[in-house]
Amino acid sequence: MEFEVVIGLEVHVELQTESKLFCACPNSFVPEPNVNTCPVCLGFPGALPQLNSNAVQQALTASVALNCEIALFSYFDRKNYFYPDMPKGYQLSQYFEPIGSRGYINIEDDNGLLKKIRIGRIHMEEDAGKLVHAVSGDASMVDYNRAGVPLVEIVTEPDLSSPGESRRYLEQLKRILQYARVSDCKMEEGSLRCDANISLRPVGSEVFGSKTELKNMNSFKAVERSLEHEIKRQRDILMRGEKVLTQTLRWDEDKQETVVMRGKLEAHDYRCFTDSELAPIELTPEEVDRARAALPEMAEARAARFIDDYGLPEYDAGVLTSSRCLADYFESCLKTYNNPKVVSNWIMGEFSAQLNNAGLEADQCSFRPSDLAELLQMIDEGLISGKIAKEVLEKAFQSGKEPRVVVEEEGLLQISDQSELESIVEKVVNENADSVEKYRSGATRVIGFLVGQVMKETGGKANPGLVNELLVKKIEG
Amino acid sequence: MKIYEQTAANLSKLLQNKEVSSVEVVQSFLDRIELIEPYLKSFITHTPAMALDMASTVDNRRAGGEKLHPLAGVPIAIKDNISTRGLRTTCASRILENYIPPYDATVVETLKQVGMPLLGKTNMDEFAMGSSTENSAFYPSRNPWNLERVPGGSSGGSAVAVSSGMAPLALGSDTGGSIRQPASLCGLTGLRPTYGRVSRYGLIAFASSLDQIGTISLTALDSAMLMNVISGYDLLDSTTLSEPVPDYTIFLDEGIKKLKVGVIKENVSEDFDPEVTAAVMKNIALLKESGAEVDEVSLPLTDYGLGAYYLIAPSEASSNLGRYDGVRYGFNAGGESIDDMFSATRGRGFGPEVKRRIMIGTYALSAGYFDAYYLQAMKVRTMIRREYEAAFKRFDILVGATTPTPAFKIDEKIDDPLQMYLSDICNITDSLAGVPSLSIPSGISSGGLPMGMQLTASPLKEGLLLKVAGFLERERGHLPLRPKVKLPEGGEV
Repeated sequence: MEFEVVIGLEVHVELQTESKLFCACPNSFVPEPNVNTCPVCLGFPGALPQLNSNAVQQALTASVALNCEIALFSYFDRKNYFYPDMPKGYQLSQYFEPIGSRGYINIEDDNGLLKKIRIGRIHMEEDAGKLVHAVSGDASMVDYNRAGVPLVEIVTEPDLSSPGESRRYLEQLKRILQYARVSDCKMEEGSLRCDANISLRPVGSEVFGSKTELKNMNSFKAVERSLEHEIKRQRDILMRGEKVLTQTLRWDEDKQETVVMRGKLEAHDYRCFTDSELAPIELTPEEVDRARAALPEMAEARAARFIDDYGLPEYDAGVLTSSRCLADYFESCLKTYNNPKVVSNWIMGEFSAQLNNAGLEADQCSFRPSDLAELLQMIDEGLISGKIAKEVLEKAFQSGKEPRVVVEEEGLLQISDQSELESIVEKVVNENADSVEKYRSGATRVIGFLVGQVMKETGGKANPGLVNELLVKKIEG
Repeated sequence: MKIYEQTAANLSKLLQNKEVSSVEVVQSFLDRIELIEPYLKSFITHTPAMALDMASTVDNRRAGGEKLHPLAGVPIAIKDNISTRGLRTTCASRILENYIPPYDATVVETLKQVGMPLLGKTNMDEFAMGSSTENSAFYPSRNPWNLERVPGGSSGGSAVAVSSGMAPLALGSDTGGSIRQPASLCGLTGLRPTYGRVSRYGLIAFASSLDQIGTISLTALDSAMLMNVISGYDLLDSTTLSEPVPDYTIFLDEGIKKLKVGVIKENVSEDFDPEVTAAVMKNIALLKESGAEVDEVSLPLTDYGLGAYYLIAPSEASSNLGRYDGVRYGFNAGGESIDDMFSATRGRGFGPEVKRRIMIGTYALSAGYFDAYYLQAMKVRTMIRREYEAAFKRFDILVGATTPTPAFKIDEKIDDPLQMYLSDICNITDSLAGVPSLSIPSGISSGGLPMGMQLTASPLKEGLLLKVAGFLERERGHLPLRPKVKLPEGGEV
């Protein structure tokens, strides 16, 4: 039997605010536990929440960026459950009336066609603390630094049909939210978290199969893998004529498999009801319009501008705008080195390779846009060759030193001294008599080989243009 | 006349005229506490050193010629569900028996700024759930008018302290009558302000949409003076109202001609103690003689109010009390697992009435019951609000009895929760509507117990309530304000 895969994703994103959602404590990561806390975020008796209007603005921005309808009147509800990382015994969340609903984003489906993924809702809520298990193993401790950090939860309709689509949805979502400047969306650091609901049904069936929920995926790759694993698991069950149990599963990254966390009967009854300690959130249509108008340039628009303004090929524009910080990097570089295509080549090539190796984003590495511009200027000035420049970039990237310093320290300055090169050229011509003969008989292509020999002798430091010129002069006499 | 027998307004005058010092005032109340507190048990925590310290600071500032607030140097007692920094705040519960708040409630901070010495934290029903102060985890308080009887609740300790001359003023909290009912049973003036008029920041929540801090005093003027201190917008409480705060004392001398008074039929019921109803009607007759326009009004939804209240308040309580898990503060019973620890801590930390309400609330909010119970109750609440809005189109104030009977006996209702709940029957709908509500003494029963009368106005019309109260105090003469406390071993003090 052929099965169709139905996936819906629930994504939690930390908002980049100065302070927490309901108190003035800083919203920032600190290693020391329970430092960013106060009576409000620790849920002390009698303490009351005060809503951070900046977080509301960011949630509004995220909602309009995801093409949502905006609730002009919304509020917070309480989701009640007991857990030590929940200071109040309930989480404040927009359960009944989310700030945004009925939005969508476009992705490419598995055939490369445009597909609209509907977003059912986007709502604000507060984060919980973190349980830390003592090294001795006989106690657990709680760190409430994260308690009360503002989140938005973004829930898709069950519109995703494959693990690949799911990954592309997450990539596109991340791109939009980064461009809108509401979150850095770093899944590895927990500022973006994703749960997946997945079920299978026979192709053509109208009813959904029973679904499982997947948790604990720590990267986009893990989301894709766990979905692939779960599809196989569910398909095997269905092929055996058995039923898939409604369960919550945890992705085990080490074993690369899903493990049962809890079954249907252990599901929580959160007893949600509307909180009365916070005033409702009231927005005007003008505020919503302003938020829409204030949206920063998104990836597609920026790519189009890169093509128009900088004459970049479509491919380059797409790659450079795939993340906001990479596009920022590119434009920043142009300020001091105005050759868009050359900059683009270097960013897509060597620079991206280094980022991938280090597992960093463009705004996280110490090799700044001005460093790349300086490197490219050194090539133009004939101080180093393109080949050496790659080596310099790698060393500068890894050491954090400026390219000029690397060149000096490593003695990588290009040899442009004619007399020094002439002696090497003479040596190469003498040692490669048959190549010289071929050249003279019309096979001028061998000049490349001869240039290569000179470069080899100089450890790549010779100015290749000059070498070429000297060789021709020498052979043609 | 002894210092402790004075009203807060008189003490304010004596202090401003430098006829007494604040230290002398505080000492007088401390002496009174030493004498009769062992019989009445109105306090959970005494703070004599803090009180004297604040008193001498105020005296020094006054001696230095500083312009001080009228209530500077006048001491006060505070209900033990209002957070005081560095001073244990128990809610009369085992689960918070040793809890010391790291911050002051907004009202406490304001009292400190004004310079009002704190005499102590008063006894109450655990987490403000009850109508007799018998639900205190520590001990019940006794009614100064008759030691065999309850003082009412949940702000029973605050009412006892003011009624017996152990404090000139007290703060209480009122969720469904917890200020007005004990004020009535102890012969005092108890004001539940408009929801949002006084900051709740630091008031340990029972039912957030209903809880309100208010005043317990001997007279309307004392209440007005204290309201001047505690009212107003607070950035830390999003539900506080931004409307400016009037000087509440200016309303006291106004006349009541043409005042439209609606007598709530349901609150002068035939089912009530006839003496209670008669006392209310006598006061109403006086208002009418003095030019008020009196008519009867029916608020039929009162019958549904009690049911709605006992779904909404426990639902909110079941959520508000979820934080008492032993992890961050308060009692922790330990356990093998997290769930064991939660169960043991809450099982041993909460008393029976608190557990009963957590269970009712948890049930009412559960999947499958939410619509039929919680949501239905919220609809009733909306309809009650509309009923009040309609009534206030016709009337300036609504009046009736505060409680169906004078103070009942200790142990009389403790095993019958429903009878206990019914003692708040007149108070609950005002709470649900969020309107200001004032209980004042209406008379003394043949059994020598005080009886009360409740006045209700539309939102933010506290001044109107105080005006009527002040008028009655003037016209009918002051009722006996404080009883002589008859000691069990004989004699009275």
